[in-house]
Amino acid sequence: MKGKHILRDNVLLGLSLALMIAALYMVFVYVPTEKHTGIVQRIFYFHVPVAWVAFLAFFITFIFSILYLWKREIKWDTIAHASAEVGVIFTTLVLITGPIWAKPVWGVWWTWDARLTTSLVLWLIYIAYLLVRSFATEPARGARFSAVIGIVGFIDVPIVFLTVNLWRTQHPTTMIFEDGLTTSMLMTLMVCIAAFTVLYVLLTVQSANLKSLETDVKLLRSTQAE
Amino acid sequence: MNTVFAKIFVIFWKDMLTELRTKEVVVSVLVFALLVVVIFNFAFGTRAGTVEMAAPGILWVALTFGGVLGFNRIFAVEKENLRLEGLMLCPVDRAVIYWGKLVGSFTFILAVAVVITPIFLVLFNLPLFLPRLALVIVLAIIGFSAVGTLFSAVAINTRARDIMLPILFLPVAVPVIIAAVKATALVLAGSSWGDMATWLQIMIAFDVIYLVVATLVFEFVVEE
Repeated sequence: MKGKHILRDNVLLGLSLALMIAALYMVFVYVPTEKHTGIVQRIFYFHVPVAWVAFLAFFITFIFSILYLWKREIKWDTIAHASAEVGVIFTTLVLITGPIWAKPVWGVWWTWDARLTTSLVLWLIYIAYLLVRSFATEPARGARFSAVIGIVGFIDVPIVFLTVNLWRTQHPTTMIFEDGLTTSMLMTLMVCIAAFTVLYVLLTVQSANLKSLETDVKLLRSTQAE
Repeated sequence: MNTVFAKIFVIFWKDMLTELRTKEVVVSVLVFALLVVVIFNFAFGTRAGTVEMAAPGILWVALTFGGVLGFNRIFAVEKENLRLEGLMLCPVDRAVIYWGKLVGSFTFILAVAVVITPIFLVLFNLPLFLPRLALVIVLAIIGFSAVGTLFSAVAINTRARDIMLPILFLPVAVPVIIAAVKATALVLAGSSWGDMATWLQIMIAFDVIYLVVATLVFEFVVEE
Protein backbone atom coordinates (compact mmCIF):
# COMPACT_ATOMS: atom_id res chain seq x y z
CA MET A 1 0.00 0.00 0.00
CA LYS A 2 2.53 2.60 1.06
CA GLY A 3 5.27 0.65 -0.72
CA LYS A 4 4.08 2.02 -4.03
CA HIS A 5 5.81 5.25 -3.17
CA ILE A 6 9.26 3.69 -2.98
CA LEU A 7 10.38 5.34 -6.23
CA ARG A 8 9.19 8.77 -5.14
CA ASP A 9 10.78 8.44 -1.71
CA ASN A 10 14.10 7.27 -3.07
CA VAL A 11 14.22 9.99 -5.71
CA LEU A 12 13.51 12.62 -3.08
CA LEU A 13 16.15 11.19 -0.76
CA GLY A 14 18.76 11.00 -3.50
CA LEU A 15 18.03 14.50 -4.74
CA SER A 16 18.09 15.91 -1.23
CA LEU A 17 21.40 14.22 -0.45
CA ALA A 18 23.01 15.40 -3.69
CA LEU A 19 21.82 18.97 -3.25
CA MET A 20 22.92 19.09 0.39
CA ILE A 21 26.41 17.86 -0.47
CA ALA A 22 26.60 20.42 -3.27
CA ALA A 23 25.39 23.11 -0.89
CA LEU A 24 27.94 22.21 1.78
CA TYR A 25 30.72 22.25 -0.77
CA MET A 26 29.67 25.61 -2.13
CA VAL A 27 29.24 27.22 1.27
CA PHE A 28 32.48 26.01 2.82
CA VAL A 29 34.82 25.64 -0.15
CA TYR A 30 33.57 27.47 -3.22
CA VAL A 31 32.22 30.83 -2.14
CA PRO A 32 34.77 33.49 -1.08
CA THR A 33 34.71 34.97 2.41
CA GLU A 34 32.79 38.21 2.63
CA LYS A 35 35.21 41.03 3.30
CA HIS A 36 33.28 43.07 5.86
CA THR A 37 32.01 40.45 8.25
CA GLY A 38 34.31 37.48 7.67
CA ILE A 39 33.69 33.79 8.07
CA VAL A 40 30.56 34.11 10.20
CA GLN A 41 28.73 35.52 7.19
CA ARG A 42 28.52 31.97 5.81
CA ILE A 43 25.67 31.34 8.22
CA PHE A 44 23.64 33.53 5.84
CA TYR A 45 23.62 30.68 3.32
CA PHE A 46 21.80 28.49 5.84
CA HIS A 47 19.77 31.13 7.63
CA VAL A 48 18.02 32.59 4.57
CA PRO A 49 16.98 29.28 2.94
CA VAL A 50 15.77 27.93 6.29
CA ALA A 51 13.70 31.07 6.85
CA TRP A 52 12.19 30.83 3.36
CA VAL A 53 11.34 27.17 3.87
CA ALA A 54 9.74 27.87 7.26
CA PHE A 55 7.50 30.43 5.65
CA LEU A 56 6.69 28.05 2.80
CA ALA A 57 5.85 25.32 5.31
CA PHE A 58 3.35 27.51 7.12
CA PHE A 59 1.83 28.64 3.85
CA ILE A 60 1.32 24.98 2.92
CA THR A 61 -0.27 24.40 6.33
CA PHE A 62 -2.57 27.36 5.69
CA ILE A 63 -3.67 26.06 2.27
CA PHE A 64 -4.16 22.48 3.45
CA SER A 65 -6.03 23.62 6.58
CA ILE A 66 -8.53 25.39 4.35
CA LEU A 67 -8.72 22.28 2.13
CA TYR A 68 -9.32 20.06 5.14
CA LEU A 69 -12.11 22.21 6.60
CA TRP A 70 -13.71 22.34 3.17
CA LYS A 71 -13.34 18.74 1.98
CA ARG A 72 -12.91 16.93 5.30
CA GLU A 73 -10.52 14.32 3.93
CA ILE A 74 -7.95 13.19 6.47
CA LYS A 75 -5.10 13.32 3.97
CA TRP A 76 -5.28 17.13 3.78
CA ASP A 77 -5.03 17.40 7.54
CA THR A 78 -2.11 14.97 7.66
CA ILE A 79 -0.14 17.08 5.21
CA ALA A 80 -1.03 20.30 7.06
CA HIS A 81 0.11 18.73 10.34
CA ALA A 82 3.35 17.34 8.89
CA SER A 83 4.14 20.67 7.25
CA ALA A 84 3.53 22.56 10.50
CA GLU A 85 5.87 20.25 12.40
CA VAL A 86 8.65 20.69 9.86
CA GLY A 87 7.91 24.41 9.82
CA VAL A 88 8.34 24.70 13.58
CA ILE A 89 11.66 22.84 13.37
CA PHE A 90 12.89 25.13 10.61
CA THR A 91 11.68 28.26 12.46
CA THR A 92 13.58 27.07 15.52
CA LEU A 93 16.67 26.83 13.32
CA VAL A 94 16.05 30.37 12.07
CA LEU A 95 15.83 31.63 15.64
CA ILE A 96 19.07 29.84 16.54
CA THR A 97 21.18 30.67 13.46
CA GLY A 98 20.01 34.28 13.47
CA PRO A 99 21.43 35.27 16.88
CA ILE A 100 24.59 33.26 16.23
CA TRP A 101 25.13 35.39 13.13
CA ALA A 102 23.90 38.60 14.74
CA LYS A 103 26.17 38.65 17.79
CA PRO A 104 29.50 39.05 15.97
CA VAL A 105 28.02 41.19 13.19
CA TRP A 106 25.60 43.54 14.99
CA GLY A 107 27.00 43.18 18.48
CA VAL A 108 23.64 42.06 19.91
CA TRP A 109 21.91 38.68 20.09
CA TRP A 110 18.51 40.09 19.27
CA THR A 111 16.64 43.19 18.16
CA TRP A 112 12.90 43.71 18.04
CA ASP A 113 12.75 44.68 14.38
CA ALA A 114 9.97 43.54 12.06
CA ARG A 115 11.60 40.42 10.60
CA LEU A 116 12.85 38.99 13.88
CA THR A 117 9.69 39.77 15.82
CA THR A 118 7.49 38.29 13.10
CA SER A 119 9.61 35.13 13.08
CA LEU A 120 9.25 34.82 16.83
CA VAL A 121 5.49 35.37 16.75
CA LEU A 122 5.17 32.91 13.85
CA TRP A 123 7.05 30.31 15.89
CA LEU A 124 4.75 30.87 18.86
CA ILE A 125 1.61 30.65 16.73
CA TYR A 126 2.60 27.32 15.22
CA ILE A 127 3.72 25.91 18.53
CA ALA A 128 0.18 26.75 19.65
CA TYR A 129 -1.05 24.90 16.53
CA LEU A 130 0.80 21.76 17.64
CA LEU A 131 -0.24 22.16 21.29
CA VAL A 132 -3.94 22.48 20.42
CA ARG A 133 -3.68 19.25 18.49
CA SER A 134 -2.04 17.36 21.31
CA PHE A 135 -4.34 18.78 23.98
CA ALA A 136 -7.54 18.08 22.08
CA THR A 137 -9.82 15.44 23.50
CA GLU A 138 -10.04 13.46 20.23
CA PRO A 139 -7.97 13.43 17.05
CA ALA A 140 -10.84 14.66 14.86
CA ARG A 141 -11.32 17.66 17.10
CA GLY A 142 -7.60 18.27 17.19
CA ALA A 143 -7.53 18.30 13.42
CA ARG A 144 -10.41 20.78 13.21
CA PHE A 145 -9.05 23.12 15.89
CA SER A 146 -5.55 23.21 14.50
CA ALA A 147 -6.94 23.82 11.01
CA VAL A 148 -8.65 26.91 12.44
CA ILE A 149 -5.42 28.00 14.14
CA GLY A 150 -3.49 27.34 10.92
CA ILE A 151 -5.79 29.71 9.05
CA VAL A 152 -6.16 32.43 11.69
CA GLY A 153 -2.46 32.34 12.57
CA PHE A 154 -1.26 32.70 9.01
CA ILE A 155 -3.47 35.72 8.44
CA ASP A 156 -1.88 37.36 11.46
CA VAL A 157 1.65 37.18 10.04
CA PRO A 158 1.47 40.08 7.57
CA ILE A 159 -0.39 42.17 10.16
CA VAL A 160 2.35 41.57 12.73
CA PHE A 161 5.07 42.36 10.20
CA LEU A 162 3.48 45.65 9.13
CA THR A 163 2.74 46.70 12.69
CA VAL A 164 6.24 46.03 13.99
CA ASN A 165 7.70 47.78 10.94
CA LEU A 166 5.72 50.90 11.78
CA TRP A 167 6.60 50.53 15.45
CA ARG A 168 10.32 50.43 14.76
CA THR A 169 10.71 53.09 12.07
CA GLN A 170 12.40 55.42 14.48
CA HIS A 171 15.20 52.89 14.98
CA PRO A 172 17.97 52.47 12.42
CA THR A 173 17.48 49.51 10.10
CA THR A 174 20.22 46.94 10.21
CA MET A 175 22.22 46.38 7.05
CA ILE A 176 22.85 42.86 5.89
CA PHE A 177 25.09 43.59 2.94
CA GLU A 178 26.77 46.80 2.01
CA ASP A 179 28.01 45.75 -1.40
CA GLY A 180 25.26 43.47 -2.63
CA LEU A 181 25.79 39.88 -3.70
CA THR A 182 28.40 38.72 -6.16
CA THR A 183 27.57 35.99 -8.69
CA SER A 184 29.24 33.24 -6.72
CA MET A 185 27.37 34.25 -3.57
CA LEU A 186 24.10 34.33 -5.45
CA MET A 187 24.69 30.91 -6.94
CA THR A 188 25.59 29.47 -3.56
CA LEU A 189 22.44 30.95 -2.11
CA MET A 190 20.31 29.47 -4.90
CA VAL A 191 21.78 26.01 -4.41
CA CYS A 192 21.18 26.24 -0.68
CA ILE A 193 17.60 27.35 -1.19
CA ALA A 194 17.04 24.41 -3.54
CA ALA A 195 18.69 22.01 -1.09
CA PHE A 196 16.57 23.09 1.85
CA THR A 197 13.35 23.18 -0.16
CA VAL A 198 13.89 19.59 -1.30
CA LEU A 199 14.75 18.68 2.29
CA TYR A 200 11.46 20.23 3.40
CA VAL A 201 9.51 18.24 0.82
CA LEU A 202 11.30 15.04 1.84
CA LEU A 203 10.68 15.57 5.56
CA THR A 204 7.04 16.57 5.09
CA VAL A 205 6.27 13.64 2.79
CA GLN A 206 7.93 11.18 5.17
CA SER A 207 6.20 12.70 8.19
CA ALA A 208 2.77 12.65 6.49
CA ASN A 209 3.39 9.04 5.43
CA LEU A 210 4.29 8.07 8.97
CA LYS A 211 1.21 9.76 10.39
CA SER A 212 -1.15 8.01 8.02
CA LEU A 213 0.51 4.68 8.82
CA GLU A 214 0.00 5.43 12.52
CA THR A 215 -3.68 6.12 11.88
CA ASP A 216 -3.98 2.81 9.99
CA VAL A 217 -2.34 0.94 12.85
CA LYS A 218 -4.66 2.53 15.37
CA LEU A 219 -7.66 1.59 13.26
CA LEU A 220 -6.46 -2.01 12.93
CA ARG A 221 -5.82 -2.22 16.66
CA SER A 222 -9.27 -0.94 17.54
CA THR A 223 -11.06 -3.32 15.15
CA GLN A 224 -8.93 -6.20 16.39
CA ALA A 225 -9.88 -5.44 19.97
CA GLU A 226 -13.55 -6.03 19.24
CA MET B 1 -37.23 36.91 17.18
CA ASN B 2 -36.65 36.75 13.50
CA THR B 3 -33.93 39.23 12.86
CA VAL B 4 -30.32 38.32 13.36
CA PHE B 5 -29.89 41.18 15.81
CA ALA B 6 -32.71 39.88 18.00
CA LYS B 7 -31.09 36.45 18.14
CA ILE B 8 -27.70 37.90 18.99
CA PHE B 9 -29.31 40.01 21.66
CA VAL B 10 -31.00 36.98 23.25
CA ILE B 11 -27.71 35.10 23.54
CA PHE B 12 -25.99 38.19 24.87
CA TRP B 13 -28.77 38.90 27.36
CA LYS B 14 -28.68 35.35 28.71
CA ASP B 15 -25.01 35.83 29.57
CA MET B 16 -25.64 39.33 30.92
CA LEU B 17 -28.35 38.09 33.27
CA THR B 18 -26.20 35.27 34.59
CA GLU B 19 -23.33 37.62 35.16
CA LEU B 20 -25.47 40.33 36.73
CA ARG B 21 -26.84 37.86 39.23
CA THR B 22 -23.50 36.47 40.34
CA LYS B 23 -21.05 39.19 39.25
CA GLU B 24 -18.33 36.65 39.77
CA VAL B 25 -16.39 37.14 36.56
CA VAL B 26 -16.31 40.92 36.49
CA VAL B 27 -15.38 41.37 40.12
CA SER B 28 -12.60 38.79 40.11
CA VAL B 29 -11.07 40.10 36.90
CA LEU B 30 -11.29 43.68 38.16
CA VAL B 31 -9.41 42.82 41.31
CA PHE B 32 -6.81 40.93 39.28
CA ALA B 33 -6.30 43.81 36.83
CA LEU B 34 -5.92 46.25 39.68
CA LEU B 35 -3.33 44.03 41.32
CA VAL B 36 -1.41 43.83 38.05
CA VAL B 37 -1.23 47.63 37.90
CA VAL B 38 -0.01 47.79 41.50
CA ILE B 39 2.55 45.01 41.19
CA PHE B 40 3.98 46.40 37.96
CA ASN B 41 4.42 49.69 39.69
CA PHE B 42 6.64 47.94 42.24
CA ALA B 43 8.37 45.97 39.51
CA PHE B 44 9.59 49.13 37.84
CA GLY B 45 11.09 50.67 40.92
CA THR B 46 10.88 54.13 42.34
CA ARG B 47 12.66 56.21 39.68
CA ALA B 48 10.00 58.59 38.44
CA GLY B 49 11.02 58.55 34.76
CA THR B 50 10.92 54.77 34.37
CA VAL B 51 7.45 54.31 35.77
CA GLU B 52 5.94 57.08 33.65
CA MET B 53 7.45 55.65 30.49
CA ALA B 54 6.12 52.23 31.37
CA ALA B 55 2.63 53.49 32.24
CA PRO B 56 0.87 52.71 28.92
CA GLY B 57 2.41 49.24 28.89
CA ILE B 58 1.25 48.60 32.44
CA LEU B 59 -2.33 49.52 31.59
CA TRP B 60 -2.36 47.22 28.61
CA VAL B 61 -0.73 44.30 30.39
CA ALA B 62 -3.44 44.61 33.03
CA LEU B 63 -6.23 44.71 30.43
CA THR B 64 -4.69 41.93 28.31
CA PHE B 65 -4.21 39.45 31.13
CA GLY B 66 -7.48 40.40 32.78
CA GLY B 67 -9.17 39.93 29.44
CA VAL B 68 -7.64 36.49 28.93
CA LEU B 69 -8.82 35.37 32.35
CA GLY B 70 -12.29 36.70 31.66
CA PHE B 71 -12.62 35.05 28.25
CA ASN B 72 -11.72 31.75 29.82
CA ARG B 73 -14.52 32.09 32.33
CA ILE B 74 -17.06 33.22 29.75
CA PHE B 75 -16.84 30.03 27.78
CA ALA B 76 -16.03 27.79 30.72
CA VAL B 77 -19.51 28.27 32.11
CA GLU B 78 -20.91 26.87 28.88
CA LYS B 79 -19.27 23.54 29.62
CA GLU B 80 -21.20 23.08 32.82
CA ASN B 81 -24.64 21.52 32.68
CA LEU B 82 -24.36 20.89 28.92
CA ARG B 83 -25.14 24.53 28.24
CA LEU B 84 -23.09 24.57 25.06
CA GLU B 85 -25.03 21.62 23.66
CA GLY B 86 -28.24 23.42 24.52
CA LEU B 87 -27.03 26.48 22.69
CA MET B 88 -26.13 24.37 19.68
CA LEU B 89 -29.66 22.97 19.56
CA CYS B 90 -31.04 26.42 18.88
CA PRO B 91 -31.96 26.81 15.21
CA VAL B 92 -29.54 29.65 14.65
CA ASP B 93 -26.58 30.11 12.39
CA ARG B 94 -23.37 29.31 14.26
CA ALA B 95 -22.07 32.76 13.45
CA VAL B 96 -24.97 34.19 15.47
CA ILE B 97 -23.76 32.28 18.52
CA TYR B 98 -20.31 33.74 17.94
CA TRP B 99 -21.67 37.28 17.76
CA GLY B 100 -23.81 36.78 20.84
CA LYS B 101 -20.77 35.62 22.78
CA LEU B 102 -18.69 38.38 21.23
CA VAL B 103 -21.00 41.14 22.41
CA GLY B 104 -20.97 39.56 25.87
CA SER B 105 -17.16 39.39 25.97
CA PHE B 106 -16.83 42.93 24.71
CA THR B 107 -19.24 44.25 27.34
CA PHE B 108 -17.39 42.40 30.04
CA ILE B 109 -13.95 43.76 29.10
CA LEU B 110 -15.42 47.21 28.60
CA ALA B 111 -16.78 47.09 32.13
CA VAL B 112 -13.36 46.13 33.46
CA ALA B 113 -11.66 48.88 31.42
CA VAL B 114 -14.15 51.52 32.56
CA VAL B 115 -13.29 50.82 36.19
CA ILE B 116 -9.57 50.13 35.84
CA THR B 117 -8.62 53.08 33.62
CA PRO B 118 -9.62 55.90 35.98
CA ILE B 119 -7.89 54.10 38.85
CA PHE B 120 -4.81 53.71 36.69
CA LEU B 121 -4.88 57.38 35.69
CA VAL B 122 -5.15 58.42 39.32
CA LEU B 123 -2.32 56.16 40.47
CA PHE B 124 -0.02 57.56 37.80
CA ASN B 125 -1.10 61.18 38.27
CA LEU B 126 -2.41 61.54 34.75
CA PRO B 127 -5.29 63.74 33.57
CA LEU B 128 -8.66 62.07 33.95
CA PHE B 129 -10.63 63.40 30.98
CA LEU B 130 -9.16 61.71 27.91
CA PRO B 131 -11.80 60.92 25.28
CA ARG B 132 -9.14 59.81 22.79
CA LEU B 133 -7.97 57.21 25.27
CA ALA B 134 -11.53 55.93 25.37
CA LEU B 135 -11.45 55.47 21.59
CA VAL B 136 -8.14 53.62 21.75
CA ILE B 137 -9.45 51.32 24.47
CA VAL B 138 -12.69 50.57 22.62
CA LEU B 139 -10.89 49.75 19.34
CA ALA B 140 -8.37 47.54 21.07
CA ILE B 141 -10.88 45.56 23.08
CA ILE B 142 -13.00 44.96 20.00
CA GLY B 143 -9.93 43.24 18.59
CA PHE B 144 -9.31 41.35 21.85
CA SER B 145 -12.91 40.18 21.98
CA ALA B 146 -13.00 39.09 18.34
CA VAL B 147 -9.97 36.86 18.74
CA GLY B 148 -10.57 35.92 22.38
CA THR B 149 -14.11 34.66 21.83
CA LEU B 150 -13.00 32.44 18.94
CA PHE B 151 -10.01 31.05 20.77
CA SER B 152 -11.79 30.45 24.06
CA ALA B 153 -14.31 28.29 22.18
CA VAL B 154 -11.29 26.27 21.01
CA ALA B 155 -9.53 26.28 24.36
CA ILE B 156 -12.38 25.00 26.54
CA ASN B 157 -12.64 21.93 24.33
CA THR B 158 -9.06 20.92 25.04
CA ARG B 159 -7.54 19.20 28.03
CA ALA B 160 -5.38 22.16 29.07
CA ARG B 161 -8.24 24.65 29.21
CA ASP B 162 -6.90 27.55 31.21
CA ILE B 163 -3.41 27.68 29.79
CA MET B 164 -4.42 27.03 26.19
CA LEU B 165 -6.20 30.36 25.73
CA PRO B 166 -3.22 32.62 26.53
CA ILE B 167 -0.98 30.45 24.34
CA LEU B 168 -3.38 30.86 21.42
CA PHE B 169 -4.45 34.42 22.05
CA LEU B 170 -1.29 36.34 22.93
CA PRO B 171 0.76 35.78 19.76
CA VAL B 172 -2.16 36.62 17.51
CA ALA B 173 -3.03 39.73 19.57
CA VAL B 174 0.49 41.17 19.27
CA PRO B 175 -0.44 43.82 16.66
CA VAL B 176 -3.31 45.11 18.78
CA ILE B 177 -1.16 45.28 21.89
CA ILE B 178 1.62 47.12 20.08
CA ALA B 179 -0.81 49.59 18.51
CA ALA B 180 -2.76 50.12 21.74
CA VAL B 181 0.34 50.79 23.83
CA LYS B 182 1.76 53.18 21.23
CA ALA B 183 -1.54 55.01 20.85
CA THR B 184 -1.99 55.27 24.62
CA ALA B 185 1.51 56.69 25.00
CA LEU B 186 0.72 59.28 22.32
CA VAL B 187 -2.55 60.24 24.00
CA LEU B 188 -0.85 60.63 27.38
CA ALA B 189 1.82 62.79 25.76
CA GLY B 190 -0.86 65.04 24.30
CA SER B 191 -0.10 64.32 20.63
CA SER B 192 -2.41 65.24 17.77
CA TRP B 193 -4.81 62.97 15.90
CA GLY B 194 -2.40 62.86 12.98
CA ASP B 195 0.31 61.17 15.02
CA MET B 196 -2.12 58.60 16.30
CA ALA B 197 -3.64 57.86 12.90
CA THR B 198 -1.36 54.92 12.00
CA TRP B 199 -2.06 53.09 15.21
CA LEU B 200 -5.80 53.64 15.02
CA GLN B 201 -5.76 52.38 11.43
CA ILE B 202 -3.91 49.24 12.46
CA MET B 203 -6.43 48.53 15.20
CA ILE B 204 -9.40 49.17 12.92
CA ALA B 205 -7.93 46.93 10.20
CA PHE B 206 -7.20 44.18 12.72
CA ASP B 207 -10.72 44.42 14.14
CA VAL B 208 -12.39 44.23 10.74
CA ILE B 209 -10.20 41.39 9.46
CA TYR B 210 -10.63 39.28 12.55
CA LEU B 211 -14.34 39.89 12.98
CA VAL B 212 -14.84 38.64 9.42
CA VAL B 213 -12.44 35.69 9.69
CA ALA B 214 -13.76 34.57 13.08
CA THR B 215 -17.37 34.78 11.88
CA LEU B 216 -16.50 32.53 8.94
CA VAL B 217 -14.48 30.05 10.93
CA PHE B 218 -16.45 29.77 14.21
CA GLU B 219 -18.81 27.07 12.94
CA PHE B 220 -15.86 24.71 12.46
CA VAL B 221 -14.90 25.16 16.08
CA VAL B 222 -18.24 24.37 17.69
CA GLU B 223 -19.53 21.67 15.37
CA GLU B 224 -19.89 18.19 16.76
